[in-house]
Amino acid sequence: MFSLEHITNSIQQWLYSTFSPTMALILECAIVMLLVIGLFATLGLVLVLMERKVAARMQIRLGPNRVGPKGILQTTADTLKLMMKEGLTPNGADKFLFNLAPFIVMIAAMLILAPIAFAKGFQIWDINIGVLYVSAVSSVSVIGILMAGWASNNKYSLLGAMRSGAQIVSYELSAGLSIISIVVLSGSLQISEIVASQQTGWWLFRGHIPAIISFVIFIIAVTAETNRAPFDLAEAESELTAGFHTEYSGMKFALLFLAEYINIFIVCAIGATLFLGGWMPLHIGNWEGFNHTMDYVPSSVWFMGKTFFLIFLIMWFRWTFPRLRIDQLLSLEWKYLLPISMFNLLLITLIAIMGWHF
Amino acid sequence: MTNNELKDHITQGQPSAVFDETGEWLNVQVEAGEWKAFANWLRHDALQMDYLFCLTCIDWPQTKHLMMVYHFTSTTFRHNVVIKVKLDRNNAEIETVSDIWRTAEFHEREVYDLFGVRFLHHPDLRRLILTDDFEGHPLKKDFEDPVNMIKL
Amino acid sequence: MYRETQIIEADNKADGDDLVINVGPQHPATHGVLHLVIRLQGETIQKVEPHLGYIHRSIEKMCESLSYRQFIYVTSRMDYLSAHINNHACAMCVEKALQLEVPPRARVIRVLMDELTRIASHELWWGAMAMDLGAFTPFFYAFRERETINDIMEETCGARLTMNYMVPGGVMYDLHPNFQQRVKNFIQLFNNKIDEYDDLVTGNIIFQNRTKGVGVLTKEDAISFGCTGPVGRASGVSCDIRKLYPYEVYDKVSFDEIIEMGGDSFSRYLVRIKELRQSIRIIEQLIDNIPEGDIQAKTKAVLKLPKGEFYSRAETARGELGVYIVSEGGTTPYRIKFRSPGFSNLSALDHISRGSKIGDLMAIMGTLDLVIPDIDR
Repeated sequence: MFSLEHITNSIQQWLYSTFSPTMALILECAIVMLLVIGLFATLGLVLVLMERKVAARMQIRLGPNRVGPKGILQTTADTLKLMMKEGLTPNGADKFLFNLAPFIVMIAAMLILAPIAFAKGFQIWDINIGVLYVSAVSSVSVIGILMAGWASNNKYSLLGAMRSGAQIVSYELSAGLSIISIVVLSGSLQISEIVASQQTGWWLFRGHIPAIISFVIFIIAVTAETNRAPFDLAEAESELTAGFHTEYSGMKFALLFLAEYINIFIVCAIGATLFLGGWMPLHIGNWEGFNHTMDYVPSSVWFMGKTFFLIFLIMWFRWTFPRLRIDQLLSLEWKYLLPISMFNLLLITLIAIMGWHF
Repeated sequence: MTNNELKDHITQGQPSAVFDETGEWLNVQVEAGEWKAFANWLRHDALQMDYLFCLTCIDWPQTKHLMMVYHFTSTTFRHNVVIKVKLDRNNAEIETVSDIWRTAEFHEREVYDLFGVRFLHHPDLRRLILTDDFEGHPLKKDFEDPVNMIKL
Repeated sequence: MYRETQIIEADNKADGDDLVINVGPQHPATHGVLHLVIRLQGETIQKVEPHLGYIHRSIEKMCESLSYRQFIYVTSRMDYLSAHINNHACAMCVEKALQLEVPPRARVIRVLMDELTRIASHELWWGAMAMDLGAFTPFFYAFRERETINDIMEETCGARLTMNYMVPGGVMYDLHPNFQQRVKNFIQLFNNKIDEYDDLVTGNIIFQNRTKGVGVLTKEDAISFGCTGPVGRASGVSCDIRKLYPYEVYDKVSFDEIIEMGGDSFSRYLVRIKELRQSIRIIEQLIDNIPEGDIQAKTKAVLKLPKGEFYSRAETARGELGVYIVSEGGTTPYRIKFRSPGFSNLSALDHISRGSKIGDLMAIMGTLDLVIPDIDR
């Protein structure tokens, strides 16, 4: 059976048998770095293409269909174009911060990738406070956005960045509380253990209605955190032209754009890990035959399938809903989502303590 | 209300008004100095002319005057009346009515821009369409622009 | 920096920390080259000041040197979304002056074309307004149906946008033989599509929250600002020229004047959506009853209007269009004034958007349905 775990293990064995331990560690780091960058590039291309195709499908049109077979090379061509373009820095901008901002956003996105379990035994860093690490690092990107907005010397950018700051900081709370509810159920902060705790069934199904509520809140909160419609106020193009990245062009724009899609991937991966069992196959109670068949599907496919399902969900929102207004956005969080998720956490704690979950 | 009834009413409000019934609607000509008081009377008294649907100006260089034309309707009684005010072409000044009919604010700015009529006590009398440093008033008959105008 | 901005920034110094931003002349939400200078306190709008003139072509001046047949073609470029109705209003004004009797067939064709134009215009508005609020998909849905109308127009008049179909005395060509069948097909298709629009946008909770209670224009203000069309009717003003001063065959068909009392963006939205159904109703009554006969009254090759002043009013998709011709008896007008609905509707923008958020401004502008060439004639 295809398994990424065997490949990584054999590579590691070969490295340690050929080189000294320090050298092997360095080589491992280099390989991981290359893989992450490769994953970033591919994910960027795939997700942008997927977005355009999904959008086209919802809008009764074809989408990209000229470059390459069925247009799959369109995003590659776009990336090439963005690389060739001149990276302008506007007059009066704070040059240092302006150029730094895309990298901060990008680095924050890269860092969160570390504890994510892509398949069984295929994880860069199985840190014991994985979930905490993710929520901590994901807040760093807001600094990059604020920096981009402030340094651009553009009023639209400034407004967009301020909106984004208010939005991300608020919705972090709900997202955090939803994550905590799963931590309470599984009793661990470590990603691998959270996945392992879902061996008998996904938390979404095992945690009764409170788990479903926290899943819904999680999806809403992460949509807001990644600045996606209907919460895309930071770049609301009909109000602020392009919000915080109005003044960016060329590769610096591409980095911000890429980071947005990587962030979507990451939050969906976290969602899939916490609520949909990560790489765990779908198991239903005592259906031995069914469960056995499901085990034959490689764990990486399970993980990617779940993640892309959630990504599709978020894209679906984007192409269906109008945008909220800033005060509605904040009152939704502070007046509705936060109290609900707090109460929900209480229920989940009760369920976990009494052992009422399946 | 028929034109005769309208005339009776208007004569009560403005004895010096001059009438002209050749057009589709009753035309009333008043003096520029009396215009503001008459406008207030039109809006608030018996006729209730609350809807100013057209405000414009016509340039008559032969007789050296500008003619302000106001078209009114009353949304309660549904009668129309056209008010005309004659202005001196070289020193066109008239009281604004933008405090009575708010749509006049924009229309008067347009007329100021294109005809050069100064509206006294207008809250924000600046050029609306052309740039602030533009010279001349294009809808006047003697306006010449050798670069941008094409004669047919 | 624009000169206009400096003016505001100068009087801004006293107020302290307000932020002045320029929306437009090139901006995704202004649908053309409208330039708004907005003074903000945080996200709250203190003042909106429109600056016009970016595409002013001085159509009124141009018309002074065009003959009474020619000037009609220029008016297609005013409110390009209701080109038929603009042409119609001008043709009516010339007919009124010449006291021409338009043949019954031409009258019915004119009304049919007007109503199709109204549907096409409202369709575009619906898509563009949803896009202003951040929903992209409706735009494509709207264009799918609008395309059908454009095809019908193209078949009949040879143009899709600037029709130039109405001439003094009637219409330019006879209807294409396919016209009736295609319009019937369209009506059948369109009746279901309006329900789809309601599902997609009208019932959406976010959309309702974004538009209800936003940009409220009271009845008194609507009259005072001269707001007509759907904007005026959403504030409870009865201002449908088709009902008040019926022209052509509007007095012979039955349709309702849609009036909402809310005065907010949602009411303006509802008025237009309901008007779509009324336009369908008018077309349904007329499409099978197009009388046979001439399509044009007999006119001279060169039209000469008698000395005098003539005014005609027509209801475009945006409101009351007035055509005011002053004639000195020659072959060209002495002065023409177009009373365009968008101009008056725009003047209310500052009044109704003060105190709301930037996002609301887009909702308000969207529902005012501004077409900039109509404002900048």
